[in-house]
Amino acid sequence: MQELQIILDDALKSFAVIADAAELENAKARYLGKEGSLTGLLKGLGKLTAEERPAAGARINQVKQQIEAALQARRDVLQNQALQQKLAAEALDVTLPGRGLGVGGLHPVTRTLERIETLFHSVGFEVATGPEIENDFYNFTALNIPADHPARAMHDTFYIDDQHVLRTHTSPIQIRYMEAHFAQFAQQESMPDIRIIAPGRVYRVDSDATHSPMFHQVEGLWIGEKVSFADLKGVVADFLKRFFETDDLQVRFRPSFFPFTEPSAEMDLSWGDGWLEIGGCGMVHPNVLKHVNIDSEKYQGFAFGLGVERLAMLRYGVNDLRLFFENDLQFLKQFS
Amino acid sequence: MKFSESWLRTLVNPSLSSEALAHLLTMAGLEVEERAGVAAAFDKVVVAQVLSKEKHPDADRLNLLSVDVGLAEPLAIVCGAQNVSVGMKAPCALVGAKLPGIEIKQAKVRGIASFGMMCSSKELGLAEESSGLLELAVDAVVGQSIREHLDLDDHLLTLKLTPNRCDCLSVYGIAREVAALTGVELKALSPASFKQSSAHSRKVKVTASSACPRYTGRVIAGVNAKATTPAWMVQRLERCGLRSISALVDVTNYVLLELGQPLHAFDLSKLNGDIEVRFARAGESLKVLNEQTVELKADMLVIADSKNPVALAGVMGGADSAVDDATTDIFLESAFFAPGVIVGKSRQLGFGSDSSYRFERGVDFASTQIALDRATQLILDICGGEAGAVTEVKNDLPARQPVKLRTARVQRVLGVVLAADEIAQILSRLGMVLQRQSDEFLVTPPSYRFDIAIEEDLIEEVARVHGYENIQPVPPQASMSILPQVEALLPLAKVRQALVQRDYQETINYAFVEAGWESDLCGNATPIALKNPIASQMSVMRSSLLGGLLAALRTNLARKQPRVRLFEVGGCFAAQGDSYVQHERLAGLAYGGALSEQWGAPARNVDFYDVKGDIEALFASRILKFQAEAHPASHPGRSAKILLDEHVIGWIGEIHPQWQQQYDLPQAVVWFEVDLAALLAASVPVASEVSKFPPVRRDLAVVVDESVSVQSLLTALHDDKAPFVVEMGLFDVYRGKGVEEGKKSLAFRVLLQDTRKTLTDIDIDQSIARLTEVLQRQGAQLRA
Repeated sequence: MQELQIILDDALKSFAVIADAAELENAKARYLGKEGSLTGLLKGLGKLTAEERPAAGARINQVKQQIEAALQARRDVLQNQALQQKLAAEALDVTLPGRGLGVGGLHPVTRTLERIETLFHSVGFEVATGPEIENDFYNFTALNIPADHPARAMHDTFYIDDQHVLRTHTSPIQIRYMEAHFAQFAQQESMPDIRIIAPGRVYRVDSDATHSPMFHQVEGLWIGEKVSFADLKGVVADFLKRFFETDDLQVRFRPSFFPFTEPSAEMDLSWGDGWLEIGGCGMVHPNVLKHVNIDSEKYQGFAFGLGVERLAMLRYGVNDLRLFFENDLQFLKQFS
Repeated sequence: MKFSESWLRTLVNPSLSSEALAHLLTMAGLEVEERAGVAAAFDKVVVAQVLSKEKHPDADRLNLLSVDVGLAEPLAIVCGAQNVSVGMKAPCALVGAKLPGIEIKQAKVRGIASFGMMCSSKELGLAEESSGLLELAVDAVVGQSIREHLDLDDHLLTLKLTPNRCDCLSVYGIAREVAALTGVELKALSPASFKQSSAHSRKVKVTASSACPRYTGRVIAGVNAKATTPAWMVQRLERCGLRSISALVDVTNYVLLELGQPLHAFDLSKLNGDIEVRFARAGESLKVLNEQTVELKADMLVIADSKNPVALAGVMGGADSAVDDATTDIFLESAFFAPGVIVGKSRQLGFGSDSSYRFERGVDFASTQIALDRATQLILDICGGEAGAVTEVKNDLPARQPVKLRTARVQRVLGVVLAADEIAQILSRLGMVLQRQSDEFLVTPPSYRFDIAIEEDLIEEVARVHGYENIQPVPPQASMSILPQVEALLPLAKVRQALVQRDYQETINYAFVEAGWESDLCGNATPIALKNPIASQMSVMRSSLLGGLLAALRTNLARKQPRVRLFEVGGCFAAQGDSYVQHERLAGLAYGGALSEQWGAPARNVDFYDVKGDIEALFASRILKFQAEAHPASHPGRSAKILLDEHVIGWIGEIHPQWQQQYDLPQAVVWFEVDLAALLAASVPVASEVSKFPPVRRDLAVVVDESVSVQSLLTALHDDKAPFVVEMGLFDVYRGKGVEEGKKSLAFRVLLQDTRKTLTDIDIDQSIARLTEVLQRQGAQLRA
């Protein structure tokens, strides 16, 4: 059956050089199609004797399978080549920038406030708020600052009318919160601790490189039966270490005066060669507790007020307070 | 309070460096704001005397001096100063001296050797400007270091005193505090040694007795008002920031600084009759020393003679009764005025004084006459004269009530263990008088302390002297309970973050704005005005966040930003009866490209619908309604109010072209403002059954008049509640070929689904027929 071998060789040879899928199918017809050479041989089996036929048939079938296998292999190669070409043609410049909206950002003061809230929340301080146009009672009188007291000169106050001011500090929120808290538990033997922070905008008639007529404070208040000055130092020092993420931080408390705390302290942070004031604090003055009906013999506690911009400046290396309120995108984008 | 350290050290001299002394004061609550040397570091400058003077042969303006500097031989020095004279004493910098800016070397000046330099104040760095040599006192010791002679190693300390520590508004008061803090002895003031030698006196009547609990005064006759104030006094005054004026005034100022007692000297010849301390009468006025004429009010305490007020008590003397060079007899006043009478007056008057600053805080009423005698002695020493007898009127002085202090309470408040003995020792050092019963005390504060009224005041004193730094911090300890967390309330942080993710940058703007913004943008002609604004563009409280955002936009446009998207969360204010309400709002604006300029998306300016999409995303999954309605800030055809559950919760619009022009905005701005409470009030999700059967989609295309709003059609479709409809939405708007002018073609997508069965064609057709009818009733024609 030399003829079979010739057909096989011919088929393999011709498949190997075909580069086009359609041409390959045409080539297949030449061997396996109705008029194909191998089909011709199969048709010719009928002319053989019954003894010869099985062997001859088997040989032809073997060659047929070999041709089909070669055909399939070639198809695979061509398909793969086509795919490779398609993929190569479809390749992107992956370095082109992505499409669509960009991302904005938070104001650095908000970023700082959120951080402060998170830290204090972790030790059970809830957030309280209050109005920015305050009446005289909450901003001053209830905080033990009577009319004409020289301490009022410490607050360069914006007045709306005789009874209303722009709050000069976040401390009035203390009063509002304590009033509500006391009322809620007035009927009970004892009231649960008050543990809040009160962030917000405050206002002073002052504007220069280091003062803004509007700025932010965070007030903290913890009232309970045994909350002491040592606790105050502990909480504030702990907070500052976490805020700045370093244990290597010196906090200094030095005596000061605020009408609404006694003893009072100024909090300084060691920074560079010196100390920087970051806020005031102290034990809530009994007169303040009296204003909200809380028994100062039974309950005591501390309050503190931190300057948010100051903390943000230290944390992020901002050196000019005025940048916070200019709203220049070149500045703000740095905090995205 | 600014004072000279060496003056302080004449009264109390602890072995502490200047720096350590400042630290001690700061840590005791007397914050040292500034500590500065009076002179720069230099040496080899001595007191010198000019022995002879000759003209320099080659230079008209130079002299050749022979100068005694205390060495064996006089020095030859070339000097250009015009005020140099033989016999005068002046500083001389010796060869090798390093002055601010120059080093003195032996040099030839125009050919003649000079062995040092005679110095002016400027050359020693003691003054900005000076003309000629610094002339020293005739009794200056030749050869003495100038640093020693002029006390140039002194430091000036500036205290930032809190209003409660009026007792430290004098050098003596500070010394008393230093003595208490260090245990070093406080030197006694030298007692007055003069004798009363004049028979002159003035009668004093105190009508306003509770306003003036103590009044002392005396006549000093025959003084020389032109006497020169001694150099030591001038130096101390200057170092404390006061200029020398005349000997009489200098003495009163000196005693004010030394003892904290304000004094006033009247020219006796200008007083008519007796003195009365009373409140001003209607119609009275007084020209005071600063030349202002004050219309006196009934609550103003005055010193009056038999005719007129002659001084504003505790604040300022009258110009007409002031001492001058011609004065020979004076009436010297030292009084205690009640703080409550003086307080607030400087604000009312628009001016204050060193006196009013002290009286309104509290002056030691026990040293009224001590100060009078001290000033008398100094006047007699400097100006001569004869002192008359003291006239004193004394009423009820402030009581110093004993305050109870419990050791246990000290420990509980401070959180430290402090023994009763230690507490007793601290309080005694502070001049408190103690009565002790085991661990409890009755404490009487001294007359100079006006800030000790309750137990806590004493606790602070104990803590202060014990040292705040010696109180060990305690980590927070509390009973644990999980804080409430209201799930239905969206956290503000999340809302902010949502806007950030949509490419908005947060800003914080002043809550006080220009009145014009309020009228232009909010139609608010009567905004809440500040009584004392810092600037006219910050004079009223905002009722909307828009003005601030536009200003921030303008700031960034000026800095060449092509695309700006901003937001702010903050309070907006409105009057309500006698009070004010604050609404928290969130507002934003978008300007420039819808996207930042990029290769892969066509450039297009942001429009109403971009921003509307942002708002809808913020409120998702709640359904907002937008209703066309004019807003003062917005283009009337591109403005809508935003409704949630039929309540107006905000506005969206494109800035009115008029404002766009007026505010110099090259392109349109789309803005929005929503009520924060409405935005945050979400709800806890409630799950409903999910259908296992596939939804069926049908589209409805209709043509309507341009004037018909999509919202009206959608509302009608939803209101119909056709069965099986689970979702409806607009997916196409078309105008142009095939649609009549003045009309638009709208295509709605309708999804139908049932949770129990696959819908039949009949079910679907029935529902769609109903919806079609609904649209037709709204004037829509079904599109072929």
